[in-house]
Amino acid sequence: MSQTTVENPKPISATAPAVVARPSTATGSTTERKGLTKKEIAADHPTWCPGCGDFSVLALYFKLIEKRKLHHEKITTVAGIGCSSRFPYFVQAHGAHYIHGRALPFASGISLSRPDLHVFAFGGDGDAFSIGGNHFNHTARKNIKMTYVVMDNWVYGLTKKQTSPTSPLGFKSKTDQWGAVDYPINPMKQAISAGATFVARTTHTNPNHVLQMMEAAMDHDGFSFIECLSECVEFYEGAFDASNPRKGGVFNLVPGSHDVTDEDAAYKLAGEPFPGHFGIFYKVARATKNAKEAEIIQNFRGKVTGLKDWQILQKNFDRMK
Amino acid sequence: MSDSTLTAQTAGGTPKLTRVSEAVIRIAGNSQDGIQAIGGFLARLAGRSEQEVMTFMTIPSTISGGPSIFQVRIGSGEVLSAGDEADVLLAFYQHSYEGHIDSLKKGGIVMFDADHVEPKAEWQKDYHHVGIKISSLTVEAIGGTAKDKGKNIFSLGLIARMFDLNVPKLEKLVAERFTGKDPSIVKNALLAFHAGYGYSLGNVMETFRFMDSREREGVQVVMNGNEALAYGLIAAGVRFGAGYPITPWTDVMELLRRELPKYGGSFIQCEDEIASISMALGASYAGKLAVTGSSGPGISLKSEALGWAINAEVPLIVCDVQRGGPSTGMPTNIEQSDLFIACFGSHGDAPRVVLAPANVEDCFYTAIEAAQIANRYNVPVIILSDQAIATRIEAFPEPNLEQVCQDLAPDFTPVADHKPYDLAATDGIVKRAVPGTQILSGKYPIATGLEHDELGHPTGSPRLHQAMTAKRRKKLQALAANLPLPKIYGPPEGNALLVGWGSTEGPMREAVDRARAAGDSISSLTIRHLNPLPEGLENIFSGFHHVLVVENNDEGLYGYGGQLCMLLRARFCNSHIRGINKSDGLTWKVKDILERVKTHVAAAKQA
Repeated sequence: MSQTTVENPKPISATAPAVVARPSTATGSTTERKGLTKKEIAADHPTWCPGCGDFSVLALYFKLIEKRKLHHEKITTVAGIGCSSRFPYFVQAHGAHYIHGRALPFASGISLSRPDLHVFAFGGDGDAFSIGGNHFNHTARKNIKMTYVVMDNWVYGLTKKQTSPTSPLGFKSKTDQWGAVDYPINPMKQAISAGATFVARTTHTNPNHVLQMMEAAMDHDGFSFIECLSECVEFYEGAFDASNPRKGGVFNLVPGSHDVTDEDAAYKLAGEPFPGHFGIFYKVARATKNAKEAEIIQNFRGKVTGLKDWQILQKNFDRMK
Repeated sequence: MSDSTLTAQTAGGTPKLTRVSEAVIRIAGNSQDGIQAIGGFLARLAGRSEQEVMTFMTIPSTISGGPSIFQVRIGSGEVLSAGDEADVLLAFYQHSYEGHIDSLKKGGIVMFDADHVEPKAEWQKDYHHVGIKISSLTVEAIGGTAKDKGKNIFSLGLIARMFDLNVPKLEKLVAERFTGKDPSIVKNALLAFHAGYGYSLGNVMETFRFMDSREREGVQVVMNGNEALAYGLIAAGVRFGAGYPITPWTDVMELLRRELPKYGGSFIQCEDEIASISMALGASYAGKLAVTGSSGPGISLKSEALGWAINAEVPLIVCDVQRGGPSTGMPTNIEQSDLFIACFGSHGDAPRVVLAPANVEDCFYTAIEAAQIANRYNVPVIILSDQAIATRIEAFPEPNLEQVCQDLAPDFTPVADHKPYDLAATDGIVKRAVPGTQILSGKYPIATGLEHDELGHPTGSPRLHQAMTAKRRKKLQALAANLPLPKIYGPPEGNALLVGWGSTEGPMREAVDRARAAGDSISSLTIRHLNPLPEGLENIFSGFHHVLVVENNDEGLYGYGGQLCMLLRARFCNSHIRGINKSDGLTWKVKDILERVKTHVAAAKQA
């Protein structure tokens, strides 16, 4: 395993103060409330093409909310730009539809300032690995707590069939009429090498598996990344048939012998030819940025106990006289 | 040393003593010489002295270790600018001596390090030369292996002797500065200081004493503009920020990174400028009004996200500490050429608020005002500072922190129903319901950059796009109606009105003082609210024959003057509005402003 940390991070106590103290007024009775029904979670009817794999991801997100009894005001759904990024409009909860490629830093701002919220980011392969590629790397290495589901369809759909960063070599698109020539990004390798602490792969044609991965991702304390194959029936039909038993393909789970904390093994798994394996490739415990920032705050707050904000500032001003 | 009055000349070789109302001292050396520390000590001394105020300006080097200068203006009265010409030049090296002798007024004193500087014969008659072996005397004073480290403190001693400064106060400042370090460092610093102070100026020169100034009320604090901006943001209640390092904004983010945790907040260093504004927007969207900042190149990168904030109506504070542009431009020089990107940058009809602090103190209060406006109007507010204000140190009356500090904690009280983009409000202002707020109707809002309906869901409706565009604009109109008119410096009627924004305020006011003393009827006006502009400026302009907009930007690119000039001409169609511009990367000299006014008025007469 490559050396990515100089020293073991100190364990962060679970009681570290939140960046923002949670007011008690808004959700005082949460524990007694019933979970939401699908009807209460669904908002606009999706604008996706009939047969789009993204429907399945949305349905399973609803399932997750239902099953885990998450309430409207406890979650925030964020996306960038692209077909799949329309996601927040279809969810009846606080959400934001941000700009192309920048959903992750935006979601990070929510996560770091509001530890009381579950932050879910959704996007496509262009958003995640092309225009937003650098943000993906840095959000992963900082281990900012959130769940990021990339609905990978290997093509730009919203703009009607251009080559995407995950399009395989030879894929004929409007921008590569003779076939894609640029070596594609491997999202799993990218996530592992960038330092993501939870890396899983699933496909829209196996709903139970999608939900299983979403639950595991949500429960992971850190940046949890799921690559979910999601077929674009309009511009890349049949792309994932080889992974779909109903189309004569094979759906292979990650072998039971795989050690999810073994970075090299995970990387090797990620390098297998399509359809490869599905499941959790990599999962390690590493202090989140959220916890580290909270620890910094805790250390500083200890030095100003009992002082009001203006009194803390006054101390600085006294030194500037 | 203007207004100097000769009071005494003692016989017998002791230096003559002259009482002065102010003095400009320029210290030139290399950036590692600690010359900024000398300035820092002098500023702090002024802040602690009742009878002295001072302003300084720094021009830091472009590259670490390169030539650097620090100019200090000490005065018994009001000091508005860093001064046109130096009375005293302290030169550490040959390049400092040769490069800055021009900034010294004729008859001024050049003190130079005789270990490094070979004085030129042809300059002897114009300037009073005083050679002191500063480097070797420092080594001698401190001893050991000190080399010439400490020559800045030695020089501080020289200056203290020359201007009869308060030695116990300076000693205390020196001791405070090095407290916490090795005790021998404090000892060595004081040794160097006293060696400088005790160096016999003897027959070679005169010494000076500042005249008593009016009693100042209250306590003063001393800091530079970037510090004032950062502390202002803290006072404003901002508890989250994100940024990427770029000169001259970096100090602000460093300070916030260090200080915010004390208040339970965080400042995050991001991978790039776009991530910075995005992360700040995420926090703002989540109810924690956030700040991001940069200088010109970074502002360009942030522009798309800024448009999202405008369309999604999410509050945000964006600091732009301007430098010379375009592109990488002049990273450590002064320019006011980001007004247009601040007012109009990003695509589409994108109304936002732009504020420009006029001095160091104003940076503090502008930050507080920016937070109030952002939160009330759900709009990004850009604070346009500049290199001159950012690095300049000023003393100003200590703010009443208990009174001005704000708490911006979000309100999570459940609401019955919520339309984030409600079109019913005539002023376009809707109170936000941030994530975490329960909405009892079960209809939750989406913050979005797509044109949307009242709940934030996408729409292609021509009617809604027109209505939402108007809504976003109406908020700024409502703000404009509430803005105070800027105060005129000088009488409200006269021959010429100097109009400016940002760091030109000081030189403009000093120009007004000088012109009025000479019998010319000139006033000045500094506009702090640049977008939207306050209502009623046309009435102010109508009191003057000439409205001359003084700016540090190009004079020919925009028609009759610089960027603000173009905005005012376009807005008021007033042909008396003209520009006085320069783009040399330096602050305005008072005499240059006055000369340009004269030229303009004369040309207008001929026409």
